[in-house]
Amino acid sequence: MTYILKPKLHHPSLPKNDLGFTRRDYEGRVSTLCAGCGHDSISAAIIQSAWELGIAPHRLAKMSGIGCSSKTPDYFLGQSHGFNSVHGRMPSVLTGANLANRDLIYLGVSGDGDSASIGLGQFAHSIRRGVNMSYIVENNGVYGLTKGQFSATSDKGSKSKKGVENTESGIDLVALALQLGATYVGRSFSGDKDQLVPLIKGALSHHGPAFLDVISPCIAFNNHAGSTKSFDYVREHNEAVNRLDVIIGRTPITTAYAPGEVREVTQHDGSTLTLRKLHDDYDPTNKIAAANYLQERHAEGEIVTGLLYVDPEATDLHDRLGTTAKPLNQLTTADLTPGAAALAKINASLR
Amino acid sequence: MPDTLAEISGPKPAPIAAVNDFVVKFANVNGSGSASANGLFAKAIIRMGVPVAARNIFPSNIQGLPTWYEVRVSGAGHLGRRGGVDLAVPLNPQTWDDDVKEISSGGYLFYDSTKPLTASKFRDDIHIIGVPLTAICNDAYKIPRERQLFKNICYVGALSWLINIDPAVIEQLLNEEFDSKPKLIPANLNAFNLGRDWAKNHLTPIGLQLQKSDAVGNRIFVEGNAAAALGAVYGGATVCAWYPITPSTSLAEAFTGYCEDFRTNADGSTNYAIVQCEDEIASIGVVVGAGWNGARAFTCTSGPGISLMNEFIGLSYFAEIPAVIFDVQRGGPSTGMPTRTQQSDLLLAAYASHGDTKHPLLLPADPGECFTMGAQAFDLSDRLQTTVFVMLDLDIGMQEWLVGPFQWDGAKQIDRGKVMTADMLEAGAFFGRYTDVDGDGIPFRTYPGTHPDKGAYFTRGTSRNRMAGYSEKGLDYQDNMERLLKKFHTAAALVPGPIIRPASVKTRIGAIYFGSTTPAMHEALEALEAAGHHIDAMRVRAFPFSQDVYDFIHAHDEICVVEQNRDAQLRSLLMIEGGIDASHLASILHYDGTPITARFLFDAIGKRLEARKGTRQVTGKADK
Repeated sequence: MTYILKPKLHHPSLPKNDLGFTRRDYEGRVSTLCAGCGHDSISAAIIQSAWELGIAPHRLAKMSGIGCSSKTPDYFLGQSHGFNSVHGRMPSVLTGANLANRDLIYLGVSGDGDSASIGLGQFAHSIRRGVNMSYIVENNGVYGLTKGQFSATSDKGSKSKKGVENTESGIDLVALALQLGATYVGRSFSGDKDQLVPLIKGALSHHGPAFLDVISPCIAFNNHAGSTKSFDYVREHNEAVNRLDVIIGRTPITTAYAPGEVREVTQHDGSTLTLRKLHDDYDPTNKIAAANYLQERHAEGEIVTGLLYVDPEATDLHDRLGTTAKPLNQLTTADLTPGAAALAKINASLR
Repeated sequence: MPDTLAEISGPKPAPIAAVNDFVVKFANVNGSGSASANGLFAKAIIRMGVPVAARNIFPSNIQGLPTWYEVRVSGAGHLGRRGGVDLAVPLNPQTWDDDVKEISSGGYLFYDSTKPLTASKFRDDIHIIGVPLTAICNDAYKIPRERQLFKNICYVGALSWLINIDPAVIEQLLNEEFDSKPKLIPANLNAFNLGRDWAKNHLTPIGLQLQKSDAVGNRIFVEGNAAAALGAVYGGATVCAWYPITPSTSLAEAFTGYCEDFRTNADGSTNYAIVQCEDEIASIGVVVGAGWNGARAFTCTSGPGISLMNEFIGLSYFAEIPAVIFDVQRGGPSTGMPTRTQQSDLLLAAYASHGDTKHPLLLPADPGECFTMGAQAFDLSDRLQTTVFVMLDLDIGMQEWLVGPFQWDGAKQIDRGKVMTADMLEAGAFFGRYTDVDGDGIPFRTYPGTHPDKGAYFTRGTSRNRMAGYSEKGLDYQDNMERLLKKFHTAAALVPGPIIRPASVKTRIGAIYFGSTTPAMHEALEALEAAGHHIDAMRVRAFPFSQDVYDFIHAHDEICVVEQNRDAQLRSLLMIEGGIDASHLASILHYDGTPITARFLFDAIGKRLEARKGTRQVTGKADK
């Protein structure tokens, strides 16, 4: 980490987004993570995504659990409310926050310990419940803050820094998210910002439970030979199925693609996901095929990345509950309290 | 107990004679359909204007295990359990022996005489009333399920003749009950009359008699869980997250029902969100998330749920997030005792979580207070920005009580506490999330999304300074902890104070009680007073204790603290928080899972006072 404060002055020529904000307006405090941590790259990608999408920072709430990854919301979007909650329980806190005000954008940041071990239940249930959120797991396969224990996403056979081999099966959060009903599922690598930024943008503009598994090597405890979550290993085994561009509104597509190379998916909010195919036979709207493909490639030792599944007709928890359009936290006494006359009727029914 | 009639000697005691003052206990098999017949019996008496306290004692089971329904008829309005049984209706062979044993000498045994029973199954000092219920119903009905179901209404019919329940009242109740299924009205009425006519032709009314009265007045008959749920609706709760657990489940279900009725907009959209979660941890997590984001949120649970919620309750305390938890207390853990009542979560709730934490508790005494405190809890938790517990128990939560009608001040507005708005921020108001600006220990908060560039802060458990900046400095931590303590002192003045019930003459003896003990305690106090024991009594209604609570304790030399738990938890709280000397507070404890009775209290308190009479004369302090 660095202890040098960031300069407050911005370069006057920094580009501005539609809201007149520069990229620096989306920054947070200085990171306290280790220099070179993959998580900091993900924070930078979140900053980039929010800036490019032109999200008003105060309209986004950033939620996390406990761990290295869960510390990061302090390091981006300083004008957003943030909540560093309880280990493994970010999903429930985010669900509650979302129920209270459906108008904000909810970004959940978690780690593999937070989501695959202590919080596996909440991870699963928040997704199957259909909470409208972008749930990012910064996946390094290791407990960083407690110095190097295996996490539940560590692959069987992967070696710890001390040379111990992991004998337990690794949990594939992407496979789980698909089965549980996530309507936007992607995997990426903290070292591939070009791939990661559009995936985050797509997630933030998705209406429904969006899940991103971002492999993010821990340079302190899990970046050695024998680890399957090291920079070198991930680079060697990364197999991207597509490249994504997220087009908001009517912005014309300027990149030229050869016919048949591009697949466009328009989401409910009008955003268009433009997918440049890297694999001819990969259809990200076919959940069963996606799940099969992931299993096959996993067996070959490959790490499949890209936008793996999207349901453009997705709904969320509020749709299912039929909640009023007005955020619940803005309802007034008149909206909420039935009054004395209603009470008199209740009393009469109880005699 | 004698085994055969031959061993019994002596004359049979005179039958108990009482008007509007007796206890009837039904023993049934769970799932046999008896609950609605028993409920009809109790409600009919209430409709005759005679106060009733009804308690369903049920197993952790859907079908097959024993269940009891105890109806206390009290023209004088005593609604606690009295103790003892005057008329037993044991319809469950599994529990027959115990049920017969319980009947007071001179009392009545009403039974199904279809199958002859040996003499050893009875007692000589009680009065036996046999009605061939099975035979009557087998003659009248062909379908086995009907024979069983209508047998229940049939015994209500026979009892109506024996104790003088007005059949017109039954007819009226059946009309109301089956308003939407009118075919069932004549069927049930027919079964009722089968029993009533048989009794009329073969039996004479017994010594326990009902007389119409106006002692019920405009009171309502309602469960505490339903009342608390209604309180949550009136208190403005919009988010409910819960996990099923006896005895709190019906609270969430009642909230759902009331919300469907009162919180559904014309277009069908809802002004509420209810989520049945995967466990209690997720439930409180949702509540904390919603509270953080400015919605009024609650969960309802019981002791095991509170255990699971501990970490989040601590987070709510340190991060200062409003949350309301209804804890419907029961015996525990596991299954079995969980369908029995206790007041055994006080310490668990008061000091829930790790680190230095303490939380306000509201202690309703009946469903009426479940409604008012259920609503008030939301104002308090918003005002105090912390978890507020409403401590029901199974006896209050799952039993129907006769209480005064619910009342609501139509002019009352929801109090959201110290929330800084966009306008306030825009006008340049100082915002320091954990800064005590008013001297009451309560800081201002902002809802997420309030203002584009002012008022955002990062929420953490601890490790922060007054401005919500990250800090691991000891001084910052201590400063925050002291402010939280100041806030807790502020809470003592905001929560409901105690209610004091003075003795008719000046006394130095006091008694402290709370919650569902209240009606039995009042009845016992009356009886103790009549027996010459003058006791000032104080009902504690909340934690932290206000100064009035300590003043009462210091104004008395000798105090009995009455609780329905083993470890004298209220007494511990008084000692810990008020520095009260242990020798100042004697415990009267009842914790077998059944609701405390007036007779138990009369005995236990009376004996204790008698035993200490000598000591008192030596010190010369008490009873002056």
